[in-house]
Amino acid sequence: MKFSLYDFSSFTAWIDSSLRASMSPGWAVAVEMILIGIAILIFYAIVGLFLVYAERKVCALMQNRLGPNRVGPGGVFQTIADLVKLLFVELVPIKNADRALFNLAPFIVIIASFMAIGAIPFAKGLQAIDLNIGVFYLIAISSMGVIGVLLAGWASNNKYSLIGAMRSGAQIVSYELSVGLALVTMVVLAGTMQLSEIIEGQRWGWFIFKGHIPAVIAFVIYIIAGTAETNRGPFDLAEAESELTAGYHTEYSGIKFAFFFLAEYMNMFIVAAIATTVFFGGWMPFHVYGWDGFNAVMDFVPPLIWFLVKTFFVIFLMMWLKWTFPRLRIDQLLTLEWKYLLPINIFNLLLMAFLVLTGLHW
Amino acid sequence: MDNQALVLLFLTGAIFVGLVLVFSGIVAPRSFAPQKFDPYECGIPTKGTTWLQFNVGYYLFAILFLVFDVEIVFLFPWATVMKEMGMVAFIEIVVFILILGLGLAYAWKKHALTWE
Repeated sequence: MKFSLYDFSSFTAWIDSSLRASMSPGWAVAVEMILIGIAILIFYAIVGLFLVYAERKVCALMQNRLGPNRVGPGGVFQTIADLVKLLFVELVPIKNADRALFNLAPFIVIIASFMAIGAIPFAKGLQAIDLNIGVFYLIAISSMGVIGVLLAGWASNNKYSLIGAMRSGAQIVSYELSVGLALVTMVVLAGTMQLSEIIEGQRWGWFIFKGHIPAVIAFVIYIIAGTAETNRGPFDLAEAESELTAGYHTEYSGIKFAFFFLAEYMNMFIVAAIATTVFFGGWMPFHVYGWDGFNAVMDFVPPLIWFLVKTFFVIFLMMWLKWTFPRLRIDQLLTLEWKYLLPINIFNLLLMAFLVLTGLHW
Repeated sequence: MDNQALVLLFLTGAIFVGLVLVFSGIVAPRSFAPQKFDPYECGIPTKGTTWLQFNVGYYLFAILFLVFDVEIVFLFPWATVMKEMGMVAFIEIVVFILILGLGLAYAWKKHALTWE
């Protein structure tokens, strides 16, 4: 077995060949599929639980208190305890609710985030699907979640839920544009939409350094729009606790509520992972051209660690935003998107195209 | 392999949610009280139907979104070949974006971007 933390492709090839040696090709593919499914499921659960814990700790840090500290050392088992509790909570069927759509909504939000996770390159050779339209696919899939949110609000037969869902719809579709345009800007620089090639292109400098000013503008816009797309504060109008109780998931109890909660955190992870891949070089270590000794030291750290550290840094930025700014009103929210971010973004795209044409980027 | 993996991810998500829901349905307790199944609106009995008309502003933004989202779909293939095509691609996209910018300017002028 040739297991290496630096290149997972030999590891997956080894699994593939040993499976093919012991069974027919059809079965080998089926077993591989099941293995990938289980691996992604486990990863999904661990990251989800960790992020909920991290958010509560970061929030506590910002508000100068301790946060969860009773269950396990430093409260690390708090989210697991919460999850077990939620599993044993009654699933209340609401009177006059649209039962079919009500039950369908959690499926949609979770499946959308699952399909996005599969396309994210965690390390060299550690990517379930490497599509040649990777960036486009991620944008398309991550915006499917809004259908689940709209269904949840509509089917609940609750006025707060409906208002929350409508706000969420307007907000997500608006900020979708900024996410898309910011990523197009980076695709211009990269010249490809395949995520593995985008990372390969950042071997001698991450795109946020290579594209200097337009890349930094694109990153700032992407973080703002990404925060809005995941319905997180300061853009959490869809579930504004003080006005709408819980917005679109008011009527969801027990584990169904947990699915929405989990999907929110996984969407945050996906947004951060895309930012890492496109702006910060994904799993590519920090290299400086010509500094061979320095590069060798950087190469020593496994790519998976690089990827996770960068991703959690971006997630920390998003948590910082949430716990720093007050919630926007819906008119401010739409003004920010349509009158500021969108024109700036279009101009930024042209600026980036001009830089790439004239070779002013590094 | 890629297309199968997409179906696989879809199924994994669906099976995961389904199994957890079934498990929760088995282990979770159940009780019946008539008021428990009412929609929660801060304790007051809900009045009238929920599914009524809502602010037309949302509709306007949905239409604007459609225009600009389709624009972004067109921009993606352009972005990948920009480097090879050079100046021609750049000038063409400037024209394309100018036409769309006119649309945005029109919506702006007509106060379609102002929330009322």
